[in-house]
Amino acid sequence: MTFLRIVLFSLATMFAFTLFANILPQVQSDPPKTEEINESTLDVAGQIAWGQRLFSGRGTCTLCHNDLGRAPDLLQMDLATAFAERIADARYEGEAAGQSGAGAIETYLRESMNAPSAFVVAGFGKKGTNDAESPMPRVDAAPLSLTETETNALIAYLQDLAGEEVTVPLPSAADAQDGADGDGDEAAEEEGPSTSAEDIMDRLGCAGCHDLFGSEADIGPDLAVAAQRLQPEGLRTAILDPNAIIAEGYEADFMPDDYAEQLWVSELNVMIDYLMQLEGAETEQ
Amino acid sequence: MQCRQSCGQACRRALTQVMRPACILVSAVVFATAIPDLALAAGEALPAPVPTPGDYPRIGGMGGRGFVWAFAQMHLFLAAFVLAVPLFVLIIELLGVTTKDPRYDAMAHEFMKISMAAYSFTALTGGGLAIALFLFYPVVMEYLMQVFRGQTLIYAGLFLMESLCLYIYFYSWNALRYGNRKWFHLSIGLLLNAVGLTLMFVANAWATFMMSPSGVDPQTGAVIGTVWEATRNPLWNPLNLHRFLANIAYGGAIVGAYAAYRFLSVRTAKERSHYDWMGYTSNFIAIAGFLPLPFAGYWLMAEIYAYSQQMGITAMGGVLAWLFIIQAVLIGTIILAANYYLWCGLGRTAKGATYAPYVKYIAVVIVAGFLVWVTPHTLILTPEEIRILGGTHHGFLGPLGIMPAKNTAVNLMLVATFLSFQLFYRSSREPTVSWARTGNILIVTLYVAGIINIVAAGIYGYITPTVYKVGASVPQVVTTVSIIVFALIIDGFMGRGAKTAKVHWGRMSTRSQYALFVLPVAFTWLMGLMGYIRSSVRTHWHVYTIMKDASPEAYIPTIGQAGNAITLITLAFMGVIVFVFWLSQLGASKQAEPAGEPAE
Repeated sequence: MTFLRIVLFSLATMFAFTLFANILPQVQSDPPKTEEINESTLDVAGQIAWGQRLFSGRGTCTLCHNDLGRAPDLLQMDLATAFAERIADARYEGEAAGQSGAGAIETYLRESMNAPSAFVVAGFGKKGTNDAESPMPRVDAAPLSLTETETNALIAYLQDLAGEEVTVPLPSAADAQDGADGDGDEAAEEEGPSTSAEDIMDRLGCAGCHDLFGSEADIGPDLAVAAQRLQPEGLRTAILDPNAIIAEGYEADFMPDDYAEQLWVSELNVMIDYLMQLEGAETEQ
Repeated sequence: MQCRQSCGQACRRALTQVMRPACILVSAVVFATAIPDLALAAGEALPAPVPTPGDYPRIGGMGGRGFVWAFAQMHLFLAAFVLAVPLFVLIIELLGVTTKDPRYDAMAHEFMKISMAAYSFTALTGGGLAIALFLFYPVVMEYLMQVFRGQTLIYAGLFLMESLCLYIYFYSWNALRYGNRKWFHLSIGLLLNAVGLTLMFVANAWATFMMSPSGVDPQTGAVIGTVWEATRNPLWNPLNLHRFLANIAYGGAIVGAYAAYRFLSVRTAKERSHYDWMGYTSNFIAIAGFLPLPFAGYWLMAEIYAYSQQMGITAMGGVLAWLFIIQAVLIGTIILAANYYLWCGLGRTAKGATYAPYVKYIAVVIVAGFLVWVTPHTLILTPEEIRILGGTHHGFLGPLGIMPAKNTAVNLMLVATFLSFQLFYRSSREPTVSWARTGNILIVTLYVAGIINIVAAGIYGYITPTVYKVGASVPQVVTTVSIIVFALIIDGFMGRGAKTAKVHWGRMSTRSQYALFVLPVAFTWLMGLMGYIRSSVRTHWHVYTIMKDASPEAYIPTIGQAGNAITLITLAFMGVIVFVFWLSQLGASKQAEPAGEPAE
């Protein structure tokens, strides 16, 4: 009887521990999966978005770059000012020393990722090294092992975050063939580019302002005859930078200027091709 | 008498004749084979293999992870037990020699008897682990064999030595019991522990190499260094210390359960007295090993952060962070159970009642510390609750979720536990030194100043940058250790010539014994949990940054899945331990002579 009581008591104790483990948040951590990159469709906006996914996903940047103080909180600080100050810092002797502008920021960021100890922001060095050694792992080595295209995407994201021009190149065909690791789950959530001009313009809501598909809207010029006024390059400019060319009788600042971030390069081409072959264009030709 | 002497001499001669050539032969073969590998770099530096999903054989559609997990954890439980028992047995045996109290020797012998049957199970599960690893992870094992090459032979040789020493130590107990022979027996015990610890250190090298590899090319994984360089990786020594202390605590907890079971089972007052004393000693051993354990844990975690901040954050602030809340519950349970047992023990002495009023204050500190420790930083809330609360952190309780609060709580709990020990110790002694009052004031001052310092350092931890928070816990640790050391020193001097009061061993409630069953269950579960964490910080790497896990089971399971697995393994281990206890009793039982049979 004593033995039975002891067994039951021990089982109850174990059951309590097991129950507690089961009522806590349950998260299964999967290893990173492969994300295929289509070099023909990745544009600057896509590259920035990819960089953002890497920043919070496979790059594990947010483990330290957060509000807990282990590393500079990149998402909260004024990056444009911070980057300029660091390059101008008297202790900085890296590759971007003496340079300025978006190119210098690209050099600085690439160096800080591939050789983090080249310059350590004051107060963020490894303990006992007097800020001579960074606790940050190289992103191009294990366990992160980011490829060059992934590093470029991260730089693009940070340049965009800083409000600077994105200077890193888009992935080449060779890069895409090499394949790059990424978070498959996030990739799966990202839809690929559309090949239907109607779908693209429907998604962007073009007909809300332009007379298109019989909408008879007149806030913006009639797109059915846009090709009569513009060549393909002009159309491209009018979409990506609407205030560059203002059609007569219409006002500036009405059209959104962020279509570069919303469109894949191939989608932009599909839209231009579609608009150029509308009836009005044919009439002109 | 003459016969006993001649038998003893024959026994000693036989031991010498068997042991000396066996040891020399084993050592010569093993070292001659292995030493070149230890000292020299590998001949051809080939890159580490890159496993593919096809490199992980499945049997009946099942992968090997579960098998390896179960075998590894069972082996660790049993190995921790059988390595720990001889450590404190040797000390208790030595105490028996120095105090000339035969009870120590009898208890040490009984402790050894319990662990003997467990040794076979340790070897059995170790063999099972090796088979499972080579069967399910051939590529990984091929690489590890390249890295540690000759050391594996040394391990096998040490295992043989361990077996020899253990069996000789146990079976020669009565033959080498008195006089100079006792010192010979103690020497065998010392050798047994030296070999046992070396075995553990070697196995730790393999485990820590997988976490913080050294002696290999960081880019390709090619073996470019000596076995010693791979062994002496950054996390080797912190883990050695951590496991050394944890083993002692664990071994004490297991034999404590044996003593408690015997206490509840036996019928005579003499036996109850013996097993009560044995239970108290076991609890003392468990807590003595446990008190410095958090500090060894700090060192291990600090080294993990120093090696890879990413790995450290994965453990403490990433996907594994919630596990430390379970750890807090387990350690809180252990501390509460150990203290409860001590408080019940105050009833063994007449003076104990005078200390009873202080128990409630100690209990408040321990329960409050426990509650602080289990307070999570981020709460589990519904969106509606988050909206009402204005965030995931509670305004008042949120600050209790971060490390400075938890470090303060842990240190205060440890100080309170030591105080419980000190109260029991003092309940059986009346100091007679002229400066006894001053001594008491000194000790009280020591506690008060220490507690103030621990709390102040905790507050400082809030205002210092995160990178220095771990460092801010060092003064707290130093303070706790100082309280324990200086209180022991002062008590030691005050105890000179003290009047000793009678301790009524056996005067313990049945309920108090259940505290001694909580300890091994919680310790076993805790060891399983920490093993899971230690393994999971490598995330999807077999050898961190060198060899990726390409198997379908490369994920980190949820806390619930891990908890279920740990419970199943703990159950299996408890089953083995019950069997081992039963075996040790079986050996002592003797069938009554059948009636009518003539005596020989």
